[in-house]
Amino acid sequence: MINKAYIKGISYYLPERVLTNEELIKEFPEWSVEKVADKVGVYSRHIAAENETAGDMAEKAAMALFAEYSIKSSDIDFVLFCTQSPDYFLPPTACVLQNRLNIPTSAGAFDYNLGCSGCIYGMAIAKGLVSAGIAKNVLLLTAETYNKYLHPDDKSNRSIFGDGAAACLISTDGFAEIGEFVLGTDGSGAEYLIVKTGASRHKAFSGGQDIDSEGHTHRDDYLYMNGSAIFNFTLDAVPAMMKQLLIKNQLEKNNIDYYVFHQANKFMLTTIRKVCGISKDKFYIDLENVGNTVSSTVLIGLKECVDKGIIQSGMRIMICGFGVGLSWGGTVLSI
Amino acid sequence: MELNEFVEKFAEQFEDTDSSEITATTNYRELEEWSSLVGMMVIAFVKMDMGKTVTGDDLKACKSVEQLYNLIMAK
Repeated sequence: MINKAYIKGISYYLPERVLTNEELIKEFPEWSVEKVADKVGVYSRHIAAENETAGDMAEKAAMALFAEYSIKSSDIDFVLFCTQSPDYFLPPTACVLQNRLNIPTSAGAFDYNLGCSGCIYGMAIAKGLVSAGIAKNVLLLTAETYNKYLHPDDKSNRSIFGDGAAACLISTDGFAEIGEFVLGTDGSGAEYLIVKTGASRHKAFSGGQDIDSEGHTHRDDYLYMNGSAIFNFTLDAVPAMMKQLLIKNQLEKNNIDYYVFHQANKFMLTTIRKVCGISKDKFYIDLENVGNTVSSTVLIGLKECVDKGIIQSGMRIMICGFGVGLSWGGTVLSI
Repeated sequence: MELNEFVEKFAEQFEDTDSSEITATTNYRELEEWSSLVGMMVIAFVKMDMGKTVTGDDLKACKSVEQLYNLIMAK
């Protein structure tokens, strides 16, 4: 028997420290922050404390979820943790979190390494677990501290990325049925968004750097993003994914009531919206005080939309994630 | 799209640079306002209005607006 899978609850956590554009201007007085903020759409973002990890933030997001929806940790039978900044190389942070959250030892738990597509992949895995009867209450956690990977002089990425975590319970019942998925991968673009050193391929920090085609400094030991390459990838992948999602879910475009896409940055989202022919009033854009929180943006967006009444019962919502890998994925939620 | 229209739309991507400063022969990378963000806007308008893809390397390689236009039209 194949069970249906639903989202039962969503919560999120943002670290205490807020970095405003005014503070960034002090560091980069030559920089037209206002113009950039207008395009990128971020005015402030949260930054994890020096001793605060993605695991710490995920724990807080999970605690918020448990409190808000009166969920007992003893009911969780699977933990999925999406991060690219794990607490350790090993063990998996998901295992550490099982213990910290008092989740039964009978639960399965593992980390997976994805970025901006991570929330969608988590939902796909969770749906698989629930549908097959392997688990009934999957705790999906997403958390990222990209700011720890950013060079202090990398003003472009520092203006975009915020740290944060989200928690989502995927279960045999809930408020949003998870539909059919479209997933995709193109590893030929692996170097477009990368932290090159520190892991097994290049274990030692190299100090290496050069200037890319956009005039940005590419530092091996810090996060590097080739903005135009990622932008072009997105403009190709997302409209195609949207069409495939409609076909797979047997829907027409006018059956979709609202779109919550990965909140990469305002300019990119506006361009995607136009290329996909989606009207402004059906398309979520809000990164003003959060920034791009990588794998958490879709869950944070969904939560905000539910709380503000933008997403209501009877609606169909298309959600998509896309980015580092390169990797992309989407599904349709029936509320 | 004709070259004239392309130059006009290219110039629209700039906020502070007067459109009269941008002609077919302008080496846009030497304009004070040129930045990776303006480059992204060029990528977006070429995608939306011409249905073609311009890469960061294309933008770096061309020495004038006309050269970029020719490169795009050849795609």
